[in-house]
Amino acid sequence: MSARLIALGIVFVALLTLPYWMFGVYYVNVASQILFYAIFALGLNVLVGYGGLVSLGHAGLFGISAYATGYMLQLGYGHPTAILVALIMGLASMVIYAVLSLRSTGIGFIMITLALGEILWGLAYRWISVTGGDNGINVPSRPTLLGSSMSNATTFYYTTLLVFLISVGLMWVFVRSPFGAALRGTRDQPRRMNALGYHVWAIRFWACMFSGLLTAVSGILFVYYTQFISPQTLSLTSSAEVLLMVISGGPGTLLGPFVGAGLVVVVKNVVSAFIERWNFLLGAIFVAIVILMPEGLVPGTARLWRSLWRKRAHAVTPPAAKTEASS
Amino acid sequence: MSALTVNNLCKSFGGLHVTTNVNLNVEPGERRLIIGPNGAGKTTLFNLITGEITPDSGSIHLFGDDITKTPSRRRPHLGMARTYQIITLFPRDSIIHNVSLALLGLSPARWNPITDMKRQGNLIERGLAALERVGLADIAERPLAQTSYGERRRVEIAMALAQNPKLLLLDEPFAGLSIDERQDVQKCLMAIPRDVTMVMIEHNMDVALEFAERITLLHFGEVIVEGNRAEVVDNPRTREVYLGH
Repeated sequence: MSARLIALGIVFVALLTLPYWMFGVYYVNVASQILFYAIFALGLNVLVGYGGLVSLGHAGLFGISAYATGYMLQLGYGHPTAILVALIMGLASMVIYAVLSLRSTGIGFIMITLALGEILWGLAYRWISVTGGDNGINVPSRPTLLGSSMSNATTFYYTTLLVFLISVGLMWVFVRSPFGAALRGTRDQPRRMNALGYHVWAIRFWACMFSGLLTAVSGILFVYYTQFISPQTLSLTSSAEVLLMVISGGPGTLLGPFVGAGLVVVVKNVVSAFIERWNFLLGAIFVAIVILMPEGLVPGTARLWRSLWRKRAHAVTPPAAKTEASS
Repeated sequence: MSALTVNNLCKSFGGLHVTTNVNLNVEPGERRLIIGPNGAGKTTLFNLITGEITPDSGSIHLFGDDITKTPSRRRPHLGMARTYQIITLFPRDSIIHNVSLALLGLSPARWNPITDMKRQGNLIERGLAALERVGLADIAERPLAQTSYGERRRVEIAMALAQNPKLLLLDEPFAGLSIDERQDVQKCLMAIPRDVTMVMIEHNMDVALEFAERITLLHFGEVIVEGNRAEVVDNPRTREVYLGH
């Protein structure tokens, strides 16, 4: 327990001071990417980890918020309006997603979300008058926060970090709440939950909305980061990537999505500079995770840590105290 | 007014009539036993009463109110609780968490996404009280994965009792238990006060006959014998379809 707190403290301090010790602006930007992808993965984790609902269409929701921001800015609206419209668009799309896909669970849910994601991708690609088709939409500027322009990498990093910390805080509160417990209940025993008086569909619906909110927020951060949005962002590959972040980090854990996002973004942006076949490496890492830590990196590491600690405790304590140490 | 009234209830799956014109009248406080050979439609009858499956025709009344069209998730709020023949619990959580979920199901707090569940009113207190009734309060924090089969059966009952039901439906609460465990469960059930009406499906005649005041015998989805203990046991048809020889 204390080891966990110490690890969390180190990560927190490292994140807070990151622009001061990081090698360069490029890496500060990589850190920003990790953080907004982590928010995206946190959003998907609400459904995958806590709701037992695997979505393969979340990149569509992510992209629609990004496009909405870009389109509103292109029309000449200010940043606050663009962000607000993007949030509303993201949530409205989630309502449609939820109503259509919650008619089933398991494979059915995966296939419907996948189809919806593909529809949005197709729209982004072909509805040229709005989306610019293949050319995408350019976002000329980033907003200014408290007199400091976010075009500065450090300011953008701190803004993203703030939003990330708020998102993790929200997740932490949500997971411990009665509603969070109810959602986990519908994952494990939907039939029983119904017989206990819960409205299983409505619980899943509101979980979708929470997931949609985090996804929309991360989509907006994404479009301000790249200052460009194209159909590529909505592709099935993007949906699969964020799902892999959740699964590799540890679904149903608070920090798994962050670790998963870190892994994918670092391999994609940093390791790819040294290894041409970085896709191969990423695949190999995922295979290794599935074989060695099928529950994900965060719970897997915790398990290894505990067993290591227990072994040490066994080695030093006399036999009489053994049971106490292992309990 | 009866606790539970079932009128001309019918249900078919394709050509298979699993429930045929079933009539049932259970008085408040009564202990009713439902018996019948495998495939007689006993669990289906429970699923119809709790609303997990919809009847083709007929009606169900709970304390005088027609609940035939009430969604199954509303029925616990009206005072109906059940246990499952195949244990249906939350295996990743502790015993007390399982019972807390049962309590939360009837509370508006189940929609609360903010407050810590452990600080949610007197959830833990009431959960422990329910566990006390089945004798599991001392291991309330134990993860369900580390409990025995007999303990899980009692958790099932504690969850149903926690909801403070007026009508309790027990689907084979003794199935798969050893003699000692059976006695534990029997003790829990005997201690339930008379303001709870109970309907039980059970094959184990030793414990079931001791429990029941009236018995209904189902066979191929039909009620073929109903009456008090002696009447049903002595009825030649009971011997023919159920007790054998």
